[in-house]
Formats: sequence, C-alpha cells, structure tokens
Amino acid sequence: MDKTVNQKAWFLVLPVFLVVAFSAVLPLMTVVNYSMQDTFGNNQFFWNGVGWFKELLDPSTDLGGRFLASLGRNLFFSLVILAIEVPLGIVVALSMPREGWTVAACLVILALPLLIPWNVVGTIWQIFGRPDIGLLGYVLNAAGFDYNYVSNDIDAWVTVIVMDVWHWTSLVALLCYAGLKSIPEAYYQAAQIDGASRWAVFKAIQLPKMNRVLLIAVLLRFMDSFMIYTEPFVVTGGGPGNSTTFVSIELVKIALGQFDLGKAAALSLVYNLIILIVCWIFYTVMTNAGVERKVQAASEPAVEPKPSVGLKPVPAFKPKEGVA
Amino acid sequence: MARIDLVDLAHSYAGNNAPQESFALKPVTMTWRQGGAYALLGPSGCGKTTLLNVISGIITPSRGKILFDDKDITPLSTQKRNIAQVFQFPVIYDTMTVGQNLAFPLKNRGVPKADIDRRVAEIGRLLDLEPYLNRKATRLTADAKQKISLGRGLVRNDVAAVLFDEPLTVIDPELKWQLRSKLKALHRELDLTMIYVTHDQTEALTFADTVVVMHDGRVVQSGTPAELFDKPAHTFVGYFIGSPGMNILPAEVRGREAKVGGHVIALNRAYDNLPSGAKIEIGVRPEFVEVVAPAPGLLTARIERIDDLGRIRFARVRVGDAKLAARAPGGFTSPDGSAGLKFDPSHVHVYADSLLVEGAA
Repeated sequence: MDKTVNQKAWFLVLPVFLVVAFSAVLPLMTVVNYSMQDTFGNNQFFWNGVGWFKELLDPSTDLGGRFLASLGRNLFFSLVILAIEVPLGIVVALSMPREGWTVAACLVILALPLLIPWNVVGTIWQIFGRPDIGLLGYVLNAAGFDYNYVSNDIDAWVTVIVMDVWHWTSLVALLCYAGLKSIPEAYYQAAQIDGASRWAVFKAIQLPKMNRVLLIAVLLRFMDSFMIYTEPFVVTGGGPGNSTTFVSIELVKIALGQFDLGKAAALSLVYNLIILIVCWIFYTVMTNAGVERKVQAASEPAVEPKPSVGLKPVPAFKPKEGVA
Repeated sequence: MARIDLVDLAHSYAGNNAPQESFALKPVTMTWRQGGAYALLGPSGCGKTTLLNVISGIITPSRGKILFDDKDITPLSTQKRNIAQVFQFPVIYDTMTVGQNLAFPLKNRGVPKADIDRRVAEIGRLLDLEPYLNRKATRLTADAKQKISLGRGLVRNDVAAVLFDEPLTVIDPELKWQLRSKLKALHRELDLTMIYVTHDQTEALTFADTVVVMHDGRVVQSGTPAELFDKPAHTFVGYFIGSPGMNILPAEVRGREAKVGGHVIALNRAYDNLPSGAKIEIGVRPEFVEVVAPAPGLLTARIERIDDLGRIRFARVRVGDAKLAARAPGGFTSPDGSAGLKFDPSHVHVYADSLLVEGAA
C-alpha cells in the first residue's frame, strides 16, 4: 500500500500539543523539579536527588512517618466506605420503584446529596454534629452518649464516614439502578416461572447484570475517597490530633503550612502514582472482563452441528430491551 | 398435563372498567386439549402475547377464569401453575453452566440432588445439549440458548403446558427450521400441551395441529391449517393466511349468484337469508381464480404484473378499484394486458360484515 507522505500534517497536532504542554506537562515537570531540590527561601534551590523520596518511604523519618500513617488511614477509610456504600447502594437500588411518578421522586431525592458542594457538605455535618448547637450532637449527648467529634478519635471517624456515606451512597444506588433497569422483563418472568426465590433472582439475574456498573461504582468511589480532602478538613481539620488526617490533608499541611516545597512535591508525585496504578488495575480488570467474554464467544464454534456449509456461528447475542 | 379451559376470559391493561372496545383481549371462551399443539397466530398487537401471559400467570386477567383440568387457577401465581414458558429472547442465567441452568427450577423447588442430576442428564440428552452441560451458557448460540430456556421448562415433570412466545425470532433461518422440527418431535414424544405464539403463518401452520387466529383482541377462528385455508371464518383469516391472501370483493349476493360490478359469478350454495344492512363481500383464494383470455361471460380484469413463484404464477389484476390475485396457468400471456377471470364456484365464500355465511345446499 502506498501512503502519501506529508509531514506538514504534524502542524495540525501543534495546538493540542501546546495546550497539553502548558496545562499538564509543564506544571508536572515543575513538581518533578521541586521534588529533587531543597530550598531555604529566597528562591535559592539546592540539588537533593532522590533524598525526599527516600525519606518519604522511610517510616522512621518525620516525613515518612506522617505520609505512611496518613496513607494507612486513607486506605482504611476507603475500604470502610466501600464496604458500607456498595451493599447499601445495591439495597437502595433494589428497593426503588420501577415505574410510576415515584421513580422521578426517588431519583431527585437520591441526586440531591450529589449536587451539594463538598465544603457545604462538610459545613452541614460540622454544625450537625456539634454537641452544643448541632441537632445530631445535641440529641446524642442528651440520650446519654458522650459524643464529641472534636475530642474523640472514634467519634471523629464515625462522623467522617457517616458523612461520606450520606454524600455518596446515592451515586452507587443510581448506577445500580441503571444496571437493574437494563434487565429485560422476560428475565424476571422466566425466574418467576422457574420458581426462583427473591434471593435466587438477585444472585442469578440481578447481581450478574449489575457486575459492570458495580465495578465502575467501586472505581469511582475508591478514587474519590482516596483523594478526599474538603469534607473531613472542614469537619475535623484532620483532628483530633492527626487521627483523621488523610493524605491530601497531610500534603496541604506540608506544602502550604510548612512551605516544604521539595517534600510536598515528592509526596504529590508518589500520591499521583498510587492513584494512577490503582486506576490502571481497575481499567485492566474491567476491560479484560469484557474482552475475555468476547474472545471465548468467538473462539468457540457454534453449538449445533451445521447442516449446510457456509453457516457462520452466531456471535454473542445481545438481548434487546422491551422483550415480550 | 392438563386440559386448559378459558371461560369468558378478557383483559384490559386499563382495568376492568375500560370500554370493551379498548380491551387488549376481548372475551374468549375456548378449550385447549391436553397434548395438543396449538399456534396463536396474528399480527403484532392483536393480543396473542397478552393471552399467553394470562395463561402463564404473568398477567392476571381483568375478567373470566382459567381452568386447568376443571380446577380454577386464575388467582394462582406463575410458580404454582406448572407451566413452562419460552420467551422471544433467550433467557439465560449468565453465571451458570448449561447444566446449572437446567437444574435451576428443580433446585428452587427443593428437589433432591440425585433426582436433579438424573433429570438434567435426561433433558440434556433430549435436547442434544449433552456435550455442553458443563459449559457456561452465555457463550452459546441463540438457538442453543432457546433450547436451554425450553429445557428449564421440561426438566420439571409436572408441567401442564409449554408456552412459546415467538421463540424463533432471533434464530438464523436455517436453524429455525431445525429447531421447529425439534419442537415437533418433542411434542410427539412427550405428550405435552404446547401453545406457540407467532405472527409467521408458516411457523404456525407447520408447527400446530390447531391454529388459533387472533385479530384485534379477538379469536376469529380456530381450526386445522386446512380449515383455515379452505374455509376462513373471517375475512381477516382469509387475508392473513395464505400468500397471497384471499381476494375479498364487495358484491351483491342473491340466491346462487353474486354480482360484482354488474357481472354475475356463480355460487355453489344458496344465500337467501343474508342479514339486511350488512356489508356483503365474497372471498376467494387466488388459487381458485384463474386468469384466461378475455371472453364473454367472464369478469374482465387488467393485468398489472405477474409474480412467478417458481412452482406457481400469480397474476396481480385490477377489477375496477379492487385489486385481486389470480392463478396464471403455464403459458398464459396477455398482449394487451386484459384478461378474463374464471372462478371456481365451490371455493367462493360469502361474508356478511366480515363473518362467513354458510349457504344452504
């Protein structure tokens, strides 16, 4: 095949290249630059090589200790909210109505928390939980629970987790609901005829069909909770002590509080890298789940012995909506 | 195994108080014999799927009763009715193997494992699914999936009837024929009542021994394929069954004569008591009208085109405003486009307000 060679076409890429360079590559390289240097102010920089990175990953240093501790807290936080939000989201989606005006009402109510800005959510819960004037805090204390998220680690954690569940379970529920809605009615009718119990319907039909949206929900919720900053910062400011200081809060403390540009830069790079790796793992798992199915469908010959020549195997069949 | 009786059964999606004309299924009373192969035939929206879903219990009828062997099962849920249903699109439990799919209805009913295995093996053999029992069901072809759906119904040895809702829609034409023969064979082997919904007359006529034709929510005729062909009880049946459909012509009928556009066509029977004020039509299948060279005493028609179907040729002709189809004998040509129509009197039927009128001998 002859191709016309025209190198001028590269000029067409130039605008995009420039935009990406100024918006992403240059800032990132600045961070890389900072992460290799130390400064004592006055815009004077000294070469430090990979010193900050070594320190960052060594728990015995101050920087490493803080980073690894906050990373641990952050991972624990993500796991806890996933363990709550995913099953809860599924349950909410399952109990939502399937038709009628109540559907719209449910969708609006569910979408409301998602529309509230992060720091407003934080402020709402900060006030809600105060033992003196907050409804939640006051009622809990009046009921005999010694609840105070400012002084008690566990109370602070519970508040932050409940707040995240309140804010984001809707997202999981809406995604699951979309997955559920895409199941053709015939599946439920067939299951009914097969005498399936509610649990069997869930296991045999609903869960498998929600598989993909659930993966997306887990990915979104993990990334978001792993990068969480505003809400816990507004509510607890990372306290009491450091007990709710997550990675991003720690990062801001180092970068803007102490103005340790080198340390902060190294931390952001590692933080970024972790997020990229997790993203990549999810992406691979998700695309592989799809690819695997397709490959197997294509490699396995059609089931029936074919009576005539030239009959192609039927490719994976996609049920249409609105069956029956 | 059961005889199914429908007693004054009707259904409206808008509720029982909706005007009768809007009912998706208008009142019907009929009996489905145990072991019969039935086809519910009709165009889209004629109510056939509604009727099927009423029988399977997915829909509770607004009116009337369904009896299985004289037992009223109208209020019973789908599970308790012992019916099996195969849907238009294959329903497969994705995460399960073919064998697990087949075992699912038995497992749900708490049948002992040994019995399940025995039944699954048996049905797998019956449906030629044996080699695939341990494979994931998602990766099979559409026809194999339909067989699994059917198999899930057959594993239960208590099924009263198997209902099919256009089960061959998504199957390749070549395999359609195979699967249909398989269904027929199963029907002979298992002595099951089978009800098959379709809008494809070939499917209906080849599968069923009784075809029930539905039109606009009503059962217009139920009979053997031959009856539907020879003696359509309703002009719709004449038009819908057969390809091309029956010719329907407005006519004036008196005694043994029908007058079409001033021309007289002889009838085999006498029609003296036709209801007054009714719309009178005659119907005759294209197979029993012949185009010949124009001659006095024959209805003249203009030939529009001649369709050669290989085995038989049909001329599309026009008489006044009416369009007709007629058999064109081998070697027939018409240089000037005009022809005479020769009717076979024994196959000309008379319809009053679309309903067949039996004449006196």
